[in-house]
Amino acid sequence: MFDIATAAVEAALAAGARYADARVMARRSQSMSARNGDIEELSQEEHTGLGVRALSGSGWGFFAIADLTPVAARGAGERATAIARASAMVAGPPLELAPVEAHQAYWEDPVAEDPLSVTLAEKGDLLTSVTATMRGSGADVALASCDAWDTHKWLVSSEGHRIEQRIRECGAWMSATAVGERETQRRSFPGIRGQYGTRGWELVRELDLPGNASRIADEARALLSAPECPPTQTTLILGSEQMALQIHESVGHAVELDRILGWEAAFAGTSWLDLAQLGRLRFGSDLMSITADATLPGALGSFGYDDEGTPAQRVDIVRDGTWVGVLSGRDSAALAGVPAGGMVRGDGYDRLPMVRMTNIGLLPGDSSLEEMIAATDDGVLMDTNRSWSIDDKRLNFQFGCEIGWEIKGGKRGRMMRNPTYTGISPRFWGSLDMLGGQAEWTFWGTPNCGKGQPGQVGHTGHPAVPARFTGVRIGVRG
Amino acid sequence: MSALIDVAERVLARLEAGAEAEVTVSRGQEALTRFAVSFIHQNVADDRRSVSLRVALDGRVASSSINAWDDAALDRLVRNTIEACRLSPVDPGWPGVSEPQEAVAVEHWDAGTAGADPAQRAGMVSAFMSAAHGLEAAGFCETVSGETAYLATSGQRLSGRATQATLDGICRTADADGSARATSARLADLDGPAVGAEATRRAREASDPTDLDPGRYEVILEPACVVNVLYFLCFHGFNGRAAEEGRSFARLGEGQFDPAISLRDDVTDPMSTGLPFDAEGTPRRRIDLVRSGTTRALCHDRRTAKAAGAASTGHAVPGGATWGAMPANLILEPGERSRDALIAGVQRGLLVTDFWYTRILDPRTQVVTGLTRNGVWLIEEGRVVRPVRNLRFTQSYLEALAPGAVRAVGSELILSPAAMGLGTLAAYAVPALHLASWNFTGGARG
Repeated sequence: MFDIATAAVEAALAAGARYADARVMARRSQSMSARNGDIEELSQEEHTGLGVRALSGSGWGFFAIADLTPVAARGAGERATAIARASAMVAGPPLELAPVEAHQAYWEDPVAEDPLSVTLAEKGDLLTSVTATMRGSGADVALASCDAWDTHKWLVSSEGHRIEQRIRECGAWMSATAVGERETQRRSFPGIRGQYGTRGWELVRELDLPGNASRIADEARALLSAPECPPTQTTLILGSEQMALQIHESVGHAVELDRILGWEAAFAGTSWLDLAQLGRLRFGSDLMSITADATLPGALGSFGYDDEGTPAQRVDIVRDGTWVGVLSGRDSAALAGVPAGGMVRGDGYDRLPMVRMTNIGLLPGDSSLEEMIAATDDGVLMDTNRSWSIDDKRLNFQFGCEIGWEIKGGKRGRMMRNPTYTGISPRFWGSLDMLGGQAEWTFWGTPNCGKGQPGQVGHTGHPAVPARFTGVRIGVRG
Repeated sequence: MSALIDVAERVLARLEAGAEAEVTVSRGQEALTRFAVSFIHQNVADDRRSVSLRVALDGRVASSSINAWDDAALDRLVRNTIEACRLSPVDPGWPGVSEPQEAVAVEHWDAGTAGADPAQRAGMVSAFMSAAHGLEAAGFCETVSGETAYLATSGQRLSGRATQATLDGICRTADADGSARATSARLADLDGPAVGAEATRRAREASDPTDLDPGRYEVILEPACVVNVLYFLCFHGFNGRAAEEGRSFARLGEGQFDPAISLRDDVTDPMSTGLPFDAEGTPRRRIDLVRSGTTRALCHDRRTAKAAGAASTGHAVPGGATWGAMPANLILEPGERSRDALIAGVQRGLLVTDFWYTRILDPRTQVVTGLTRNGVWLIEEGRVVRPVRNLRFTQSYLEALAPGAVRAVGSELILSPAAMGLGTLAAYAVPALHLASWNFTGGARG
């Protein structure tokens, strides 16, 4: 495969590119889903191909093919350079690439139980049994699914990179929906997006779907008759699954350097953050420390090298409440004058690598969920994301959760349905006053982060703990 | 096309006797030239191909796909799918493959679009920017072409091809963005300077916005917002899967919408794009979802149709067994009012260009939250009086179109690519709507 990638790079250079890289990717994936005790869909994919990037002047070109022959690879390299030349018709400022050592390496994630080697029968039994259990416990609609990916890639660059990686990922999800007369209520486990990681099938076994199926069906049914979350301003405690969403949407996307530079202005949006304030801006309270750490074992955003060959690393994003870092690639980092962050990945051989979150996570504090509840006289606890909406500057958000509980006098009280909360990011993070500890630190995985045109789906990780915020507006309804 | 049919036949020939199967073979090009900060910063293209096989053996069903079609790849595709079938539990909801039916003779294909090169796309970007007159610009120009062949062991054989081109961009002032877009099956239909001029005009007119108190306002939703409303109504309402699970609002025969609302899906309309058959080889045909306010039909794929005791309406989405069926060629029937006439009919309300980041809070009630984007203006006594800053809304889309809630329907149909998840060739043609009430729940700045 290295020979194919090398042929593409050489052809791109021969056609006039001043830099080129090529990535051969072979990905096998499997997805199974069940509904109400029956298997609903089983699909397997095997996609292999080559994607070539070429830089001519200050213009990029990218071309991808499925045909892995030396002739086709050379043709793809030439096409990438031709596209880069067309970019020069509407040229931008001079473009350099932040320096990165040209590594020659192999990396793979450690996996105890290869997820694609676990039998389909075992997976089918798991999904049909948990959906049958949920159905038997009162769910009108019981769904479950599992996914596995095995991605093998070979990167060659004109600077001498030669990197082979194999990354295996898997995870599972289930949900119970109860249908009422006027609305529906849903409970998901372990979260709305399930739980995923760069791990083997041992991750799914540890989730214990069977042990939670009946409970979430009961909760979905109970929510139909629970009181509605009232509109008010109060103390809000969020469980770690919802915190993962909060981090992803209001921090992770906001610190993507391509957004900050305006490269996503027409689609994903920009950012309220201004590079001139990097190192000085207060993003949140002193308890808020966020890192982008692609080296966390087993987390979904972990890898050995990104798709430009930059080694995985840990970068401070927010330190003790101050904004100190961004998510970057080699071109965006050079423009911004920061080191290359190693955060560029593409979804498949046919997608241009772009700035993507790695594992964007909140470092744990020294409290716990139970201590937060005990310390709250009047407030609400919400968990498990249900809806998420945030503006194009990543400043104004309104998030909904599947379930809430009233907190009175330091005790968890009655269940509440349709809990929502809204806020402005730095004000919200500035009100963070209690943070869960190491024992509650969970590496949540998001397998469906959308970005880019054409659209790409990214796999990101979000280490999170429960947290408490004060003075939050809740209960926004239509 | 014959090459794709040949690949499909080679796949079916590898199956053992008694297997029920369908195979879809496709190839095409997707090319997208993206610009931001007034220069082309991403410029991509790919030659793609895929072979997808679904097999049913003794009630057990499995699907596989691969993006190669040499003999070894096809052997592997068939072997893996059969093995997966044998290891799978029985699927009691399996509806079988499509029976032989002819598709309507319609082809939304343009050779010039299929053969568009990077210089043509860059030229379209340059034309857009020439109309920006110094404003910062961002957006994309995309050309997509695809050919597909579908064969099933039932004898169903269909093939088709389609193209689509889109120019979509914003122009930016110091405190406002303005957007404009155009989509067609033909790249030559796109008028780069006109789209750029429209985005420029909107950006200038949206500049220097002021805050407006949240609350309920009359609104004129421009076509991009209307597409968003229809997407949610279809995904969570007119979707046979949602109805089967009790999550849908739709009740056939009831006047759930204002009489001004007539909504159909129609691949035969000249404005439409895409193929005349769906992912399961069911021919698409015109279907009226809403006629003069009355809910008339649901969208079905073969699985939801079987559960409902109905026939598939040709709305299967690739990989959509879990999500259900979605229309690909929606048309909201236009009214008689020009954009200016719509504005003239507003007592006090807001003119909204785009929605952003809309998410549903409850599918049954269709309560959705989201934000405005790319220009909002206050209208008083029939005149646009000033731009306002973006607002967050939390609004039931169903209530917004309920009987008595639609004041007027615009006369101009605008074609827009459909929202994510439908494939790149789905597009909806809709006019602007004047609605009696929209619930704005906060300013975007808090």
